[in-house]
Amino acid sequence: MRIFMLAPAVAALFAAQLPAQDITELLNRMKAMEDRIKALEAEVQTLKAQPPGTVAAAAPVAAPALPAIPVEAAAQGPPPGAPLTLGGAGPAAAKVLNPDISVIGDFLGAAGNGANRGTSSLEMHESEVGFQEVIDPYARADFFISFGEHGVDLEEGYLTFTALPAGLQLKVGKMRAAFGRVNPLHNHVLPWTDRPLVNQDLVNGEDGIDDAGLSLSRILPAPKGIFLEGTAQLFRGDTDGVFQADKRSHVSTVEHLRLYRDLAESTNIDLGGSFARGNSPFGNGWNQLYGADATLRWKPLRRSIYHSFVARSELIWARTVLAPVRTAALSLSTPIITPFGFYVSGDYQFARRWFLGARFDRSQRGNCLPTNPPTTTSCNLSLGPLALLQDTGGSLLLTYWPSEFSQIRGQLRRTQYGEGLTANELLFQFQFSMGAHGAHPF
Amino acid sequence: MLKRFFASAVLLLTAAAGVTRAASKLTVMTATQDLASLAREVGGDLVNADSIAMGYQDPHFVEPKPSFLLKLQKADLLVVVGLQLEIGWLPPLITQSRNARIQVGALGYLDMSQYCQILEIPTGQVTRAMGDVHPLGNPHYWLDPENGRRIAKELAAKFSEMQPANAAAFAQRFADFDKRLSIAEKGWEVRMAPYRGRKVVTYHRSWPNFCERFGLEVVDYVEPKPGIPPTPVHTLEVINTMKREGIKLILVEPYFDLRAPNKIAQDVGGQVAVLLPSVGGVKQVTDYFQLFDYDINLLVSLFEKAK
Repeated sequence: MRIFMLAPAVAALFAAQLPAQDITELLNRMKAMEDRIKALEAEVQTLKAQPPGTVAAAAPVAAPALPAIPVEAAAQGPPPGAPLTLGGAGPAAAKVLNPDISVIGDFLGAAGNGANRGTSSLEMHESEVGFQEVIDPYARADFFISFGEHGVDLEEGYLTFTALPAGLQLKVGKMRAAFGRVNPLHNHVLPWTDRPLVNQDLVNGEDGIDDAGLSLSRILPAPKGIFLEGTAQLFRGDTDGVFQADKRSHVSTVEHLRLYRDLAESTNIDLGGSFARGNSPFGNGWNQLYGADATLRWKPLRRSIYHSFVARSELIWARTVLAPVRTAALSLSTPIITPFGFYVSGDYQFARRWFLGARFDRSQRGNCLPTNPPTTTSCNLSLGPLALLQDTGGSLLLTYWPSEFSQIRGQLRRTQYGEGLTANELLFQFQFSMGAHGAHPF
Repeated sequence: MLKRFFASAVLLLTAAAGVTRAASKLTVMTATQDLASLAREVGGDLVNADSIAMGYQDPHFVEPKPSFLLKLQKADLLVVVGLQLEIGWLPPLITQSRNARIQVGALGYLDMSQYCQILEIPTGQVTRAMGDVHPLGNPHYWLDPENGRRIAKELAAKFSEMQPANAAAFAQRFADFDKRLSIAEKGWEVRMAPYRGRKVVTYHRSWPNFCERFGLEVVDYVEPKPGIPPTPVHTLEVINTMKREGIKLILVEPYFDLRAPNKIAQDVGGQVAVLLPSVGGVKQVTDYFQLFDYDINLLVSLFEKAK
């Protein structure tokens, strides 16, 4: 019996002499087999010690004889007569204690006239590398490093404490702020190839409010069936074109309140209100942002992989302090501008792999203030610092998913910029993912 | 500015407690309705069991809606299928639940795949060129009643661990379930016995455990690869295979489009059976026993018709 059971171990020992075998791994395997043999020996001794008839009584749920295993399964399964092995390989076998690693590629192309905010004709826009893993019983960590063609940026890297009392959740690190619907999203989960004009003009576009800080959130008490979540965030206060921290006290804060409700099994509504405040990069005072967003989703569960519809809208107001100007009376005044912008969009999935979308954008911005992507025409100083320029755009989109792990998207975009220029562009995008990229929050 | 943040934080902290938990009953959340049904079998009135995915939706693609967080927040135990079936939706729900009891590795997290017989565990290189493969094995293992028994047994053990005072009741309920399942299994096997060895085509790889248990042979799939919708070329190959091998039955899950299976069935003079992979697949199938009753009744009637 023992010799028979040791046979696999001996075979493994011989196998160890084969080239390219990891000696450590084999030793571990042998150790595991040795432990298993000891366990089986102990089990045999226990069974031998029992009087006849007690075995069946001790195992009232003994498995009935299983039918013959098909040829393919037999090739993968244990040899005849071997004890039934329960359990799969188990997640630990696949990754041991390494983090889940993923790469998402985002290739962008553009054709046509981009006017004064044109992007490259062809570009490997972003390669996002993700590392995600549980740290200990109290926290997990998520890192997303964004490689562009010419540089590297830590898009997000934060620790999430998952075991706090009172239903609290704390995140510490660098993260995209919970301002509105679009700002927290990574590029690869956007329903467009670009970000709406209001985000480009008022919230630092693709980079968004993405800063080092703390985020505390909690599910708040609400009437039955309503999900109400409050989030308070404190950041260093550095966001290009939005906030600027000249000293330690120039931290910025973001507050977000989210209300979600299932209207029916297939339909739900998601409403949000946001507020962000930080030191204005343009003058002595605050830059404050107010946001409201609404999302309506429809996805019939029985055909959820074939049909869905999502309508989104987001409105953002800014109250920005600019550099002091000398008035006609030669005194200094602090000008404040209050630009406003919004977008409305809809996406309909009409087949398992196909989506059709449309978006309307409108946004004001301060004359001569930066945008992301940058506006390349030189600004018109004669309009004065308080002047607001208005950009208006519209897009039609068609998206195709070859599989869950790749996506091809085309976007026809027409934009009338505040400088009086009109852009007509065809944007196209190829996205693909490798590895175990964890799903993002809904 | 710091004052502002701390004021917001204090506001969050001092909001009236929204979580009220029943002390006497275990609150069990499961990934699928099958697991919830088994939890009710073993837990009876001592547990409140609810599920996230519905039996008639594709369990690979579930929206991680915030409304699920309200349930997960109160759960004492989260029971999952595992083998990456829920990888696209469950992890963010667990993290966002703010419930330390059900985090991966905690006492209240139970991956049932660790206790069941798993088929189709890949042994060679696994790549996405093979489609949406499950590198840890096929996750549709609950469709073998023997695995249902194993799940129930582990649930009883877990419930007892979490509520030792009710251990005897859980053991009794499991023994009762085991007895009823053994009787039902005999009936199912007797009914399927005349059709052992029958060849079938299935839409997705949802049925290896079911087919192995009841002696059906899966010859081909409507999907060219897991997760890849049917293509004209592959559909033609399936038609040729079915004609060559005399196969007349295509098994389809309720959430897949029936156009391609119907076209194939029409070409080969066969039939499409919308078989349920889960409890709740249709309204009248409300528990684990009814799931097999429904599927086996349907199969037997179709096999008899095809005589």
